[in-house]
Amino acid sequence: MDLLAQITVSHYLAVGAVLFVTGVVCMATKRNVIGVLMGVELVLNGANINFVAFGSKYLREETIGLDGQLIALFVIVLAAAEAAVALAIALNFYNNHATIDVDRADELKG
Amino acid sequence: MQTSFLPYLLLTAWLLPLAAFAVNLVAGRWLKKAGAWGVSIPAILGAAVCSYLSLAIWLYPGSHPSAPEAPGHASQASTAMVVRAQSPEAGHNADHSDADHSGHEAADHSHAAGGGHSDAHGHDAHGHGDHPVVPKRELSGVYYDLGHFGGMRLTISYYIDTLTIIMFCMVTLIASCIHFYAVGYMHDELHEVTDHEVTLSDGSHLKRPGRFARFFQYLSLFCFSMFGLVLAGNIAMVFCFWELVGICSYFLIGYYVERKSASTAANKAFIVNRVGDFGMIIGLMALWSALGTFSFGDVTRTDEAGHEVVTPGIFSQVRTAENGHLLISPYTDENGVSRGTPHTPAGFVRLGAQQEVADIVYHGVRAGQTHEQIEAEIESQIPIWRDPVKYRHELRGEIAVAQKQGNQAEVEQLQSVLAKSEKLGDSPYGYWLLIVAGLGIFCGCIGKSAQFPLHTWLPDAMEGPTPVSALVHSATMVAAGVYLVGRFYPVFTPEVLLVISIVGAITLFMAATIAIVATDIKRVLAYSTISQLGYMMLALGVGGWVAGLMHLVTHAFFKSLLFMCSGSVIHAVHTNEMPQMGGLLKKMPITAITMLIGCLAISGASIPFVIGLSGYYSKDKILEQLFWHAQSNESAYLAILFAVAAGGAAITAFYMFRLWFMTFMGKPRDHHAYDHAHESPRIMTAPLMILAFFAITVAWAGDWEWAGPLHDIALENLLEGARPPGTLADTPSVLGALSIVNEHGSHAAAVRIPVTLLAFGTAISGIALAACFYWLGYLDPADARRQFAPIYRFLWNKWYFDELYDFLFVRPTQVIGGLASRFDRRCIDGFIDGLARNTRRFSEGWEFFADRGVVDGTANLIARWTYDTGLALRNVQTGRLRQYVMFIVVGVVAVFLLISFFWSSSLAR
Repeated sequence: MDLLAQITVSHYLAVGAVLFVTGVVCMATKRNVIGVLMGVELVLNGANINFVAFGSKYLREETIGLDGQLIALFVIVLAAAEAAVALAIALNFYNNHATIDVDRADELKG
Repeated sequence: MQTSFLPYLLLTAWLLPLAAFAVNLVAGRWLKKAGAWGVSIPAILGAAVCSYLSLAIWLYPGSHPSAPEAPGHASQASTAMVVRAQSPEAGHNADHSDADHSGHEAADHSHAAGGGHSDAHGHDAHGHGDHPVVPKRELSGVYYDLGHFGGMRLTISYYIDTLTIIMFCMVTLIASCIHFYAVGYMHDELHEVTDHEVTLSDGSHLKRPGRFARFFQYLSLFCFSMFGLVLAGNIAMVFCFWELVGICSYFLIGYYVERKSASTAANKAFIVNRVGDFGMIIGLMALWSALGTFSFGDVTRTDEAGHEVVTPGIFSQVRTAENGHLLISPYTDENGVSRGTPHTPAGFVRLGAQQEVADIVYHGVRAGQTHEQIEAEIESQIPIWRDPVKYRHELRGEIAVAQKQGNQAEVEQLQSVLAKSEKLGDSPYGYWLLIVAGLGIFCGCIGKSAQFPLHTWLPDAMEGPTPVSALVHSATMVAAGVYLVGRFYPVFTPEVLLVISIVGAITLFMAATIAIVATDIKRVLAYSTISQLGYMMLALGVGGWVAGLMHLVTHAFFKSLLFMCSGSVIHAVHTNEMPQMGGLLKKMPITAITMLIGCLAISGASIPFVIGLSGYYSKDKILEQLFWHAQSNESAYLAILFAVAAGGAAITAFYMFRLWFMTFMGKPRDHHAYDHAHESPRIMTAPLMILAFFAITVAWAGDWEWAGPLHDIALENLLEGARPPGTLADTPSVLGALSIVNEHGSHAAAVRIPVTLLAFGTAISGIALAACFYWLGYLDPADARRQFAPIYRFLWNKWYFDELYDFLFVRPTQVIGGLASRFDRRCIDGFIDGLARNTRRFSEGWEFFADRGVVDGTANLIARWTYDTGLALRNVQTGRLRQYVMFIVVGVVAVFLLISFFWSSSLAR
């Protein structure tokens, strides 16, 4: 279990960071609403990995129990709800504008 | 019958009209006719009853105390009384008054013809104890103490002597007649009146409610004021009632307030009287500051310690008993020049010598003298100041005596006193002040009695209803001035009397000439009044005290008669213009005949030396005194006074008969008026008949030795009893060669016979001339008017006095007023306007700078800045989702970097 023994929180954090940055880049570059939503999911999951990593007793000596996993669960639930709302907005936007390009959605600018 | 009862009787007579006034004032609106019948007439009748009762008590021999009043009267605390009774033995001045009627033989007065001092003791030889003539005395006392302020004591007091009682009787009698007459004359006022002389803006005549009760209200107040004036025991009170009489005349002259002429006339009367009163106030101030009292007679009062204190009044201070009540006594100086030495009251002397008194006080205080010593020093100097020349004259005599005796020490001492007194100069101290006081008082009399130059108000006063004219012109207002001169007679120095006589002479002549050409029946009478008042003043001014006041009384009767007759005529023909009358004798016989009696009385008609109407007695007395005065002084200037008076008598007869002939004789000139005319109702003619009776008889029995008791109570002898002490003596003047002569000298046959014949001649010639012009038609008045056109025009315009005053006073006032108004508008208003303009300009500038520039600028700047910031920030709000994500990322990274840079690790823990 050396391999496992070598894997620490830092490794998970690195994965989380990669996921997070990927999500952010995805959000910043995609013009498609679906793409943006996917980027959001990536960001959320990057964060979830951090929570789980900090909460797992396998990864760290001093643990705080199942708190991290619980927070991750909340985030997942919220992400699901959010995705539903965001998809509803996207569908309505499509109904009104016949497109899902976020650059076209600037009617609320000041 | 107690004399102590008298003040209260006269008080009742005085206050009854006031009560009537008050009732009419409060309830006049509802009283209507009862305001006269039920209130004013009973009041004046009551006053008349009280007055005649007082006269009876006064004359009743038993009521004369022969010695000063017993102390029994002192128990009446508020009315402490001083009765000065002078029995023939008590003082020689009583002899003056009592002695005169023992006979008018020239021999009796021969000593006076020499121009010397009337020797009082000479009379004693003529025993006249059988004559129960009213002894000279007066009652004075206090009704009510109003208060004292320092040395000034204000009281409601009385001073009753025969003059007071005569005035009361005369005023109440005439006023009663006028009250009754007014009921008839004013009956129009009982209901709504249409005043045909007031045209409203729409061309109709003014309609107003009648003011019957108001008329009687004013009439009552007028009587009250006049009684107060006559009864007053001090000059402050005289002045109050003097002004009250003035305001009453103002109300009554302006009775028809809606007529502009009436209200203007009322104003004129009031204002012109104020001019005179100004002088009167100066006189009062001089008297009070010198004598320290307002009271005429001596007043006894009980002080805190219970002692009786007698304060000497004005009269006893001016004419002290130790000088035999003389104001000035004659003496011959070392050069043989006859002159008078004044007995100026000590108060006046001290006031005149203020500078010297101050010196004595200054040196006395420095030398450490006591108050008493200084006072004694001043006291000892007073005779020197009073008449330095006389004093030196006496001193030289004493020095001569001392030299003869060889008393060197006394000679030296007297010579040092002489040297000191020679530094003082010659003029007597305080005497000028006494003259100023007299002239001041006379100024008031000029105003009230309408003397030149303040006579212009009287003719205009004709705008009042005729009963008012009758009252104002005979018994009250104008009589007040003459009365006051008579009352103040002891205070007047010969110099003041000279002024009085000159003013009187000018007045009498001027007014008489104007009366010749006047056509308004009432105006003729008005000018006649002025002229007759001039006679009274002239008489008083030359020493004819009895003559002047006697003419006052007789004139009151015939002038009120004449006025009421003219009112009766006006009532009948509704016009004042004599050229529209004529031939009224048949239509109104009672008025015509009573008026004829009045005209005869004022002209002095008589059977010489036998009998005559009242005017004959009084006017001849005046002329006699004038003649005697001019003769004694051997002065051509004073002879002019006599000539003026005698000529005036002829003019009087002429204009009065001109009036009578024009009104009652000849053919009617205006047939409409003539047909309309009718005799006045009985209520108006009855007073005419009563007054006509008195106009004939009031002066009778004065020189009827055989008439017994009637002789004693004759007007002339009553007045003789009222003569102020010491005014009968020949009085030389101090400042000139004038001498006021003993009035009794004028009764000498050598004076009396030529003057009476002359007066008779003038009266007859005046009447005859009037008859030629206006009755018989021998001469044509129009012809005379053409012949003397310039004179006629001059007289017609009343000597241009109104124009003169307009030019002298009104115009300059208007010019000065105009200048002042221009100065006001140009300079003051200009300055204020400029100030306002500059303030406005400054605040506009300040507003531009501070408000708009600084405050608004700051606010605007902040607003613009905020706006610009908002606009700038607007660009950030692009609405691009991806951009926002970039901002978030960049922001988070930046925050992270900042934290990692600046947050110390200790905080991060």
